Amino acid sequence: MNAPAPLAEIDESGLAALFDALVRRGRTVVGPTVKDDAIVLAELGSAAELPHGWGVETEPGGYRLRPRTDRAAFAHSAGPQSWKTFLHPPRARLWQADRASDGTVTVREDDAPAPRYAFLGVRPCDLRAIAVQDRVLTAGAYRDPVYGRRRDGVFLIVVECTEPGGVCFCTSMGTGPGLPEGSAFDLALTETAGPGGLSYLIRAGSPEGSELLAELPARPTDGVRARAAVAGAAGRMGREVDASDLRALMAGTMTAERWNQVADRCLTCGNCTMVCPTCFCTTTEETTDLTGDHAERWRRWDSCFDLDFSHLHGVGPVRSSARSRYRQWLTHKLGTWYDQFGSSGCVGCGRCIAWCPVGIDITEEVTALRAESGAAGAR
Amino acid sequence: MTPVPYRVADRRQESADTVTLTLAPAAHALPPFRPGQFAMLYAFGVGEAPLSVSGISGNLLHHTVRAVGKVSEALCRAEPGNWIGVRGPYGTAWPTPPAGDDVLVVAGGIGLAPLRPVIVESLARSGRLSVLVGYREPGEQLFPAELPLWRRRAQVLVTVDRPTPGWQGPVGLVTALLDTADCRTDRCTAFLCGPEPMMRATVGELLRRGVPAERIVLSLERNMHCGTGWCGHCQLGPLLLCRDGPVVDWARAGEPLSVSER
Ligand SMILES: Cc1cc2nc3c(=O)[nH]c(=O)nc-3n(C[C@H](O)[C@H](O)[C@H](O)COP(=O)(O)OP(=O)(O)OC[C@H]3O[C@@H](n4cnc5c(N)ncnc54)[C@H](O)[C@@H]3O)c2cc1C
Ligand code: SF4
Ligand code: SF4
Ligand code: FES
Repeated sequence: MNAPAPLAEIDESGLAALFDALVRRGRTVVGPTVKDDAIVLAELGSAAELPHGWGVETEPGGYRLRPRTDRAAFAHSAGPQSWKTFLHPPRARLWQADRASDGTVTVREDDAPAPRYAFLGVRPCDLRAIAVQDRVLTAGAYRDPVYGRRRDGVFLIVVECTEPGGVCFCTSMGTGPGLPEGSAFDLALTETAGPGGLSYLIRAGSPEGSELLAELPARPTDGVRARAAVAGAAGRMGREVDASDLRALMAGTMTAERWNQVADRCLTCGNCTMVCPTCFCTTTEETTDLTGDHAERWRRWDSCFDLDFSHLHGVGPVRSSARSRYRQWLTHKLGTWYDQFGSSGCVGCGRCIAWCPVGIDITEEVTALRAESGAAGAR
Repeated sequence: MTPVPYRVADRRQESADTVTLTLAPAAHALPPFRPGQFAMLYAFGVGEAPLSVSGISGNLLHHTVRAVGKVSEALCRAEPGNWIGVRGPYGTAWPTPPAGDDVLVVAGGIGLAPLRPVIVESLARSGRLSVLVGYREPGEQLFPAELPLWRRRAQVLVTVDRPTPGWQGPVGLVTALLDTADCRTDRCTAFLCGPEPMMRATVGELLRRGVPAERIVLSLERNMHCGTGWCGHCQLGPLLLCRDGPVVDWARAGEPLSVSER
């Protein structure tokens, strides 16, 4: 039998050392920080900018900061942004085209190299969301160059979840709060706050992660406290949903009555799609300068809740009712995503619940649809 | 994923609002297209639109475009020598019908464009070929230059919704022509493209006559911005139509197309 691999931990100064080591390697570090009454993701100058001592309270349609009694930097659940802001930017120029006097057009792809990011504080649910977008944008017949350039070589530092929020349900979706077996990452941390200050169980998941870990002032640990914190989190999920066989459940809901009820409340604002870490849809815009000889093609995030999204000439919007648009969103996310990309499109982060202005709750909708289909089946 | 430069080599006015462009690569050609597949055509400074190939000859591409909005109008205005950017080939191709099968083509309006290569290939096959086309008005008829050639070898029936003086052909839905179609329903592959209500009605009639769902193939349309599976606009239930379509058989398209607003 192999002896169990020794576990290592670092303290708050070790976290600062990790940050500095990343910067020394030319990495742009992105992580959580407090801004405008929320914990957002931003480029950080130092580990001191992490949201030490802040937690959050979330509920359907609600999110607020809450001071903590300890200095924990990662004891908060998902904020309004996700890593897709950096990997799949809200706006990106695809190409520029210039027309010469003889009518010849030269097209130049926007292929400036992306920053070499290090993402500090990726939650297991969000790590899965990155894997989901990887599959959509890079694993098909065509690799999205915008996403691909940013995604290549990102250094991923996962922080396991010890403080789930009121709208979280990663346990139901099998994506957290601990790092699932087989995840791809560079370093993984588990934060605990004790009388002696903060400590971070740390392990490497890649050669570059191991190399970096070797530079840090780590000491051995039994990891018991960290493991217990993650196990405790699993029991404190704000929400829970029966996620069995969602693909079949969704396929059977096309004529469900429940869509009418949700459509009565839904404002079709698209907030849920903007905050969702897996929603990937985009539209394109063409701009020209005053000479008319310089054109640019941009793409920006789009939402299936937008009426124009399904516009067809001669038909108008294919999905004009709120019912059909909410149904499209939910049945794609939880159902046809499997057909198209081989997995669920939902990782259970709860963002769509907290940022829905009317508090529509995806877990509640699934439960209601399941009840309705069960009742229909029993009839 | 940038447009590849092509030049308009030829422009043919098909009807008042529809033009067939022949595009030649300005330098390097894209990989070969197959009938049924589509390209994203880029009109400089205006934008891109998905357009099926209406013909392929060597590395020349033919696209038959109906002017309905910004991009399609700009493409229809293009003159020989003009620059057009092309991306592709994207999507699925029309299947080859089993040897000896009859071929039935049912089109509505501009839907005849993606079916043109099916007709041209079928003219050279043995089995029977029947082409049924419905237009709103006689003036919308496409490919007038080729019709006599098609008629020499195939049955071509044209119906219109609104006849104009001098129209002597049938009036009404294209489905009404199915009774006179020269094809054996037990040995036929049907190729459809047109407005969705027209395709649904036609499929209903074909199924009723015993044509199996796998032998009814359709070219479907949804909003498309990328062609490459990234923009999410071409969703049709489990299908991403730029990737799993636009050519889909009824065995796969039937379920999603039977749900309204899907
Ligand atoms: C696979 C496929 C093959 C096609 N083949 C042909 C063909 O052979 N011949 C032909 O004439 N037409 C074809 N079409 C339809 C053609 O793409 C549309 O008529 C065209 O995109 C309309 O754009 P527009 O700017 O000219 O029109 P507008 O009406 O100005 O467009 C208005 C808005 O509608 C959007 N829009 C409308 N239809 C579409 C669409 N399908 N995809 C994306 N955006 C759309 C535009 O983005 C724009 O924002 C095909 C469509 C698809 C999906
Ligand atoms: S659907 Fe909602 S809970 Fe699921 S991943 Fe998207 S935002 Fe998170
Ligand atoms: S579910 Fe909520 S967030 Fe999503 S579109 Fe409807 S109102 Fe907006
Ligand atoms: S056209 Fe963009 S995903 Fe199909």
